[in-house]
Amino acid sequence: MKIIVCVKQVPDTSGKVAVKPDGTLDRASMLTIINPDDVNAVEAALALKDEYGCKTVVVTMGPPPAEKMLRTIMAMGIDEGILISGREFGGSDTYATSQIIAAGLVHLGIDDDDIIICGRQAIDGDTAQVGPQIAEKLGIPQISYAGDIKKDGNTITVKRMLEDGYMMIQMKTPCLITCVKELNQPRYMSTYGIFEAYQKPLAVYDYNTLKDEPLIDPETIGLQGSPTNILVSFTPPLKGAGTILEGADMNTCKTLAKILDDKHIIR
Amino acid sequence: MSEYNNKDLAAFKDVWVFCEQRQGNLMPTDFELISEARRLADELGCKLYGLLLGGEGIGEKAKELAGFGADGIIVCEHPLLETYTTDGYTKVIVDTVKERKPEVVLFGATNIGRDLGPRCAARLHTGLCADCTHLDVDVPGYQQFLRGASTLDEARIGGLDSALVMGQKHDVSHDLKMTRPAFGGHLMATIICPRFRPAMATVRPGVMKKAPFDEAKANAAEIIKENVVLAESDFETKVLSVEKAAKKLVDLVGADYIVSVGRGIAKDVDLGIKLGQQLADELHGVLGGSRVVIDSGWLSADHQVGQTGKTVHPKVYVALGISGAIQHKAGMQDSEMIIAVNTNPSAPMFEIADYGIVGDLFKVTPMLIEAIREIKANK
Repeated sequence: MKIIVCVKQVPDTSGKVAVKPDGTLDRASMLTIINPDDVNAVEAALALKDEYGCKTVVVTMGPPPAEKMLRTIMAMGIDEGILISGREFGGSDTYATSQIIAAGLVHLGIDDDDIIICGRQAIDGDTAQVGPQIAEKLGIPQISYAGDIKKDGNTITVKRMLEDGYMMIQMKTPCLITCVKELNQPRYMSTYGIFEAYQKPLAVYDYNTLKDEPLIDPETIGLQGSPTNILVSFTPPLKGAGTILEGADMNTCKTLAKILDDKHIIR
Repeated sequence: MSEYNNKDLAAFKDVWVFCEQRQGNLMPTDFELISEARRLADELGCKLYGLLLGGEGIGEKAKELAGFGADGIIVCEHPLLETYTTDGYTKVIVDTVKERKPEVVLFGATNIGRDLGPRCAARLHTGLCADCTHLDVDVPGYQQFLRGASTLDEARIGGLDSALVMGQKHDVSHDLKMTRPAFGGHLMATIICPRFRPAMATVRPGVMKKAPFDEAKANAAEIIKENVVLAESDFETKVLSVEKAAKKLVDLVGADYIVSVGRGIAKDVDLGIKLGQQLADELHGVLGGSRVVIDSGWLSADHQVGQTGKTVHPKVYVALGISGAIQHKAGMQDSEMIIAVNTNPSAPMFEIADYGIVGDLFKVTPMLIEAIREIKANK
């Protein structure tokens, strides 16, 4: 039994986002972080490890510097890291990305009692598509938006969060879960964990590693294997600057209230 | 079933909207998407169908859907479809798509639509664009949209009647152009699915405008009962129960007036929330919050505005002590009027605010409430 966590390194969009004149993101000038929802996925895996003593593996697809992120996650307690990285994988949309990650997981080996956990969605693309698409490529069941996970033998019971409530759903391993941030409170790295992280195994899967996997085909990976294309990306126009009402006193508030009244907002 | 080739573009026609129901009740996104997809079907010169899956008797809801502009509703009734499951719904939708070959399939970007859409697109080997906020087929209409919604220059916009696809110039006049925000709304992208069909998208709830209900259209709609082939053995997941949230959730999406609180309430959370609620009450509105407010447990998740919460476009949005991280702005920047109160004059929220007051929300809010009450008293 092992728990596999799929994570993504993303630009930190909580600060200023730098955009190049051609409308694409200036990634070089931005800090990268572990995608926030994926940290909850890591915690979910560690909680299962605490309870069952099973092996945990973190998998990411990205450029070579993503290794640093994997080490950080291993410092939280994950046992092994896998970095799927290769020029051939570049330009992949969600379809092609899930194809490649699924191939990487097949290469690693999925056992009957394994669980794959992903974050709900990444803050850069916000698609929430790669998790379910990995499950589809692997032919295993999925439950997304997990707010609670219970394991009893090979039966997994998940609380799937909905906008207006929740569903309780059961499935058997091997299976895939995507989790929301309400699921848990992620732990911090420990000092010993940071030291230990650099002793733990980290494998790099490149195109040569995966090229014999049935899921890997030039027709299904990279730019060529991506059904979607970006027609154009652009920045929205800035809204015209508004009015700063000078002074934070009663007169200012009366002015604002009068504006609201003139616009028939006060009823 | 005839041969299915997802690259034979000419074999696919008509626009479909997946019509989600929960416990037999239609979702608001169904009406929004049918209304919007009417225009897309007209631009493509094809028909618009709703695709309704559910338990026995769900077909009775078909006319209610059609009244928003559909030419017909494809009804898939089966006891095993009563409650949503990823496996059951994916199988039936994929079977129906393979048999009838629609050109476009739209889903509401609800928690269910975003669970189902990716699974269907992966099985059909086609493209899916997530959480779209604008859709076009017609090129001049799309270019007109870009003139208002982008900072692209005229030469660039003019050249968007074609794209370079696999090294070849590709005419996009028959492709669905799916526009969506990325990076918290700081960047927008238009996605096409030029080589495969159907083109699929999930569409953000609350963004598309609902058309008026048309009784004549509802009565004229063609109702197609699909033969559903489904067995217990098709299921790997089992729904044990479906629970509605016990307490009434805040309806941020439908609200005309929203007062949201942010990190600025930290020094006295209870008072900050009380003041926000009082101001919301004066405006007959509802209380929202930024991510930090929800993450800190000060308000429940249904109050969250922003990229990871709700997208709102009320008539008035008041931001109390919210600095305006782009994830938050992505969820509220289309509000008709934005009012910001913040002690930090360089808070990004002031960049998009129509009216700003640089000051402490704990001092300003009570004065604003008093000023509003004074006006009401004199009416």
